[in-house]
Amino acid sequence: MSTIAEGKLAELKQRANHIRQEIVKMVAAANSGHPGGSLSAADILAVLYFHEMNVGPEKVNDPDRDRFILSKGHASPVLYATLAEKGYLPKEELATFRRINSRLQGHPSKKLLPGVEQSTGSLGQGLSTANGMALAARLDKREYRVYALLGDGEIQEGMIWEAAMAAGHYKLDNLVAILDYNHLQIDGNVEDIMDIGPVADKFRAFNWHVIEMDGHNIEEIVAAFAEARTVKGKPTFIVAHTIKGKGVSYMENACGWHGVAPNEEQLKQALAELCAQGGDK
Amino acid sequence: MEKTTVKKIATRDAYGQVLVELGHENPDIVVLDADLAKSTKTAEFAKVFPERFFDVGIAEANMIGMAAGLATCGKIPFASTFALFGSLRVADMIRNSVCYPNLNVKIAVTHQGLTLGEDGASHQAVEDIALMRAIPNMTVIIPADATETKKAIRAAANTHGPMYIRMGRPSVPVLFDDSYEFEIGKGVQIREGNDVAIIATGVMVHIALEAAELLAQEGIQARVINMATIKPIDEEIIVKAAQETKGIVTAEEANIYGGLGAAVAEVLCEKHPAKLRRVGVQDTFGESGKPDELLQKYGLTAENIATKAKEMLK
Repeated sequence: MSTIAEGKLAELKQRANHIRQEIVKMVAAANSGHPGGSLSAADILAVLYFHEMNVGPEKVNDPDRDRFILSKGHASPVLYATLAEKGYLPKEELATFRRINSRLQGHPSKKLLPGVEQSTGSLGQGLSTANGMALAARLDKREYRVYALLGDGEIQEGMIWEAAMAAGHYKLDNLVAILDYNHLQIDGNVEDIMDIGPVADKFRAFNWHVIEMDGHNIEEIVAAFAEARTVKGKPTFIVAHTIKGKGVSYMENACGWHGVAPNEEQLKQALAELCAQGGDK
Repeated sequence: MEKTTVKKIATRDAYGQVLVELGHENPDIVVLDADLAKSTKTAEFAKVFPERFFDVGIAEANMIGMAAGLATCGKIPFASTFALFGSLRVADMIRNSVCYPNLNVKIAVTHQGLTLGEDGASHQAVEDIALMRAIPNMTVIIPADATETKKAIRAAANTHGPMYIRMGRPSVPVLFDDSYEFEIGKGVQIREGNDVAIIATGVMVHIALEAAELLAQEGIQARVINMATIKPIDEEIIVKAAQETKGIVTAEEANIYGGLGAAVAEVLCEKHPAKLRRVGVQDTFGESGKPDELLQKYGLTAENIATKAKEMLK
């Protein structure tokens, strides 16, 4: 299933690796933040920003740009690292994450940072904003597409299901919601806390087209977004099977790394592991 | 004010009419409702502009979020439902998805306060003014009559930023003609007087005028101020009233905690301490009944306003 050229595939892998390195550095520097759920989404954002979406720092006010909403706003490090990788802000600024006077708030602020399409953080709200953007595209006869990244714990929020019902009702085929299904939330396993399964069936029942993919396989991610473009009359829900903390051995599948920063020693190890996985720095 | 042959129109009816006018004038106006379009009168807009109207069903949270998304793309969304469901039920969505990013969303609610009537306490928002006033970036407007409603909705459509506009169910006297000038953030003195001042909002404005008549019969000249904008509050007109009269009575169809009375008290305490009495719902829930019966039972009357005014003159 090769849907992209070898060179592009290698580039996207490297982008994802860079993003992961910046995530752990940023959270370590802030001594605060959410590394686990940021690392699990790094491959998805790399594909979105460097392959799938029509976006860029020169297009922040372009009415035809694609829109991305990080509905799971606590994964702000993955968004900031991706925006920096794309040139929206200097990478040095990532060190200001969560500090006073920074544009890089704990959770993304639309007012502060160009490229952030909606302020998020209070869970469950991003999909409704995405609905509104997708409807606006239809009203204005514009071709842009809207992408929202949801957390698995996040979709326990009732508002998500209001939004899901509406997206199906309005047949928003320019809308793609991606579920970062890493199976962990703050208090434990999603299955133990409040099971969201069978999540694919649930969204199908809400009149969505559903795709399941390995959220760390670049080619599968590329293919899923390509398939979504072919779907007419329905929004697309992509279940991304992911690993919380992906790329850093001691964080992988470890609930404790939801909202904890690595210390100096742990940061060194994380960066060493990520470099060994193909990063170039 | 003329007391004879007063025309009565519900502010929600005026809202429905002006929305249609705005719809013709500005293609960016879109309207959302949550299964109450016939009651909020957004159904009028829906008839003329079905492609720009979204009835999201009984899902107010999603309505606010969708309005936010539409606003990010340059639309001017008016999101309507009953006051209770457009404020308390969706407070966090309004705060985080609308006000924090300072989006151009107009939350235009109807069936405010006790005068919602027979549906009873479960549906009677008396806390919404306090709640909406506490959110940064939010503007809070309560028009007094049909004329002001139309002007306020027009001003809202033409002014960027989140707004909460609170309207009512029953017919209320038309107090103003087309020459009335509405400006967001400005109170308007609608009756002269230097003994006491009555600062009222919404449905209480015409009742405040009645109170002024009662006081006049006893030789007391009451200034009446229509305070349509609760936030930002017109500090100047409040301080002037405090300087030129012997005391102020506020009148609102809401809990006295956090609403107009509280806003006036804040200004007085910091700028010009003066006597103050607050007429409003006394920190209690309402109940079923006819609007007029409810206003009577809960003390939202001309007689009560007059009594409070006289207390300060003793």
